[in-house]
Amino acid sequence: MSEAVLHDDHHDHKPYGIGRWLFSTNHKDIGTMYLVFALIMFFVGGAMSMVIRAELFQPGIQYVDPQFYNSMVTVHALVMIFGALMPAGVGLANWMIPMMIGAPDMALPRMNNMSFWILPFAFTLLLSTFFMQGGAPAGGWTMYPPLVLQLGDGFPYLVFAVHFLGISSIMGAINIIATVFNMRAPGMSFMRLPLFVWAWIITAFLLIAAMPVLAGGVTMLLTDKYFGTAFFDAAGGGDPVMFQHIFWFFGHPEVYILVLPSFGVISQIIPTFSRKPLFGYTSMVYATASIAFLSFFVWAHHMFTVGMPLTGELFFMYATMSIAVPTGVKIFNWMATMWKGSMTFETPMLFAIGVLFMFSIGGFSGLMMGITPVDFQYHDTYFIVAHFHYVIVPGIIFGIIGGIYFWLPKWTGNMYDEKLGKLHFWLSTVSVNVLFFPMHFIGLAGMPRRIPDYNVQFADWNTIISLGGFVFGLSQLILVWVVIKCVRGGEKATDQVWEGAHGLEWTLPSPPPFHTFTTPPEVTDATAHS
Amino acid sequence: MKNNATKTAKKLGLVAVAMFGFGYLMVPIYNILCEVTGINGKTGRITQSQVNANDVDVDRFVTVEFDTNVNPNLPWTFKAAEFKQQVRPGEIAEAVFVVENKSNKIIVGQAVPSVAPEQASLFFNKTECFCFINQELAPGEKKDMIVRYVVDSDLPEKITTMTLSYTFFKASEKAVAVTGQDRKIVIKDNG
Repeated sequence: MSEAVLHDDHHDHKPYGIGRWLFSTNHKDIGTMYLVFALIMFFVGGAMSMVIRAELFQPGIQYVDPQFYNSMVTVHALVMIFGALMPAGVGLANWMIPMMIGAPDMALPRMNNMSFWILPFAFTLLLSTFFMQGGAPAGGWTMYPPLVLQLGDGFPYLVFAVHFLGISSIMGAINIIATVFNMRAPGMSFMRLPLFVWAWIITAFLLIAAMPVLAGGVTMLLTDKYFGTAFFDAAGGGDPVMFQHIFWFFGHPEVYILVLPSFGVISQIIPTFSRKPLFGYTSMVYATASIAFLSFFVWAHHMFTVGMPLTGELFFMYATMSIAVPTGVKIFNWMATMWKGSMTFETPMLFAIGVLFMFSIGGFSGLMMGITPVDFQYHDTYFIVAHFHYVIVPGIIFGIIGGIYFWLPKWTGNMYDEKLGKLHFWLSTVSVNVLFFPMHFIGLAGMPRRIPDYNVQFADWNTIISLGGFVFGLSQLILVWVVIKCVRGGEKATDQVWEGAHGLEWTLPSPPPFHTFTTPPEVTDATAHS
Repeated sequence: MKNNATKTAKKLGLVAVAMFGFGYLMVPIYNILCEVTGINGKTGRITQSQVNANDVDVDRFVTVEFDTNVNPNLPWTFKAAEFKQQVRPGEIAEAVFVVENKSNKIIVGQAVPSVAPEQASLFFNKTECFCFINQELAPGEKKDMIVRYVVDSDLPEKITTMTLSYTFFKASEKAVAVTGQDRKIVIKDNG
């Protein structure tokens, strides 16, 4: 250990000052910037959801006017999806992928820098719309025309923000694939890659295929509004429903773009704390790939109610159901990994089990909505809000938070405060269920989404939901405290950090030196993950 | 190694550009799908000679109902002269619609048709329609507009009623551009 430290100091030429971050081409620094940016955006988007829950605490209009409420709903979604979840996933990828495959850095470090630094500009564009004539986007994050075209001066800012976000994530995705395809250490064959890396390769392909379609769709919106085209304008022979097809052709793969990295993280955590290799590695790889492939053929289940031919509704219903099969394989494999393992329940493991359990709840309500005839009841109610928040918050965010707790000792060299971590987990888990579970009930009873007021029959549940929301929001501050505390100091972490951890990243010192694997390690069956 | 990575990145960049193009390709694909399957109630257009080739089905009548809508941006009134008509499949029928410009400006409007139920739209064809071209109305002008249509005699027996719906929109420049193509087709048809 001490030898390693001396060795590092010798080679660690870290650039100084702000330039270190602005011009960084180091995958660790860029990963850190992505994660910090995602955390800030998580709180920006979270603050907006607090406004929403405060308004819905009681029936009637209390604090904000309906237009602003709709802006909150719309921008909350955009900020959380493009600002918090995706950058957090890319941040983890940046930090971990080169260390997991034994590469010195990402394949295209300058592009890596660019794809990060586009993000602050994109969100400046998006958030500046709050101060413009006509306000921030309020037509829903799905940007359906003709409603979205009624947005005032902020409209082109929305479109260009989406373009920038698209370019940033496509560049990130290209970089990840280029890294994994070309820079693996000798002996690190594809079927020896850690599952987190596999999850990210597949996510990256989804990004490259789906994001440009969204970019095309919003470009059509832009030319419809300002340049006289009529893609979605019935008066000119266009059709607004076509936008929904284009949007969801992107939108459904996007769901998996968000969730697959989280699946990858828990596929690392569960074997570590079960002290067993991952059960069914090969089937995990194929299941992840089939989920990604199928995701391009199910988009119209988001729009069962627009008036499709019966054969179309049936096709998309069966295609949707079929995704449950590979997802079931994954859930089964995670449980089989834990089966008869010597399990311990440190914070990362708690979050991983939380994902397993609560993502499945969201998965089941997803299956319900995949059934076309019943979807007509659920469409645009709080039932769908409950569904996608179950898959996103305890499904994706818990996975990312689990990953942060899992790798934080590796990144900082210090153990985090386990007591605070556990407190964070239990407060989050209880409050997230108080927050989202009752939404199923009020959704089934008919409360519509995206409306600032509601029938008094929903008043009690909404009060409970808001309380759950406030507790959940506040308990995320514990995470910030834990991270700050851990960066500042604490019990020193060993290189392996966790007793059951295997893989190249755990052979490096904690914290890893600025440049790692400048000479590639040799990977054998004994040192590989699977 | 560095070189290979650049190569991979270039290939993937091309895929991204191709997918951007695919987004635009979805527009014609969507329109073709709608025409083939009759989604959106898109109606067909045929010539007089095609009508003559179609046998008249003397055994049954079909009810065609008319529905009229005006986009809120267009200060016109728009009504069907008759609420519905009984027609024989294969026979040319004519319906009259009345529009009036309630404003004090010259306005160009464009009507967009659709037929319900969707299955019926595949068998609903027009030989002449005010919706083929832009309509210009002077301030306060009132005008009768006609549509000549044929219900195909292959219409399934179970469909006994169909609705022809029009929505009038204010034609901006974009609508002129699109209907400009339509007008060319009309001239060809007549010639």
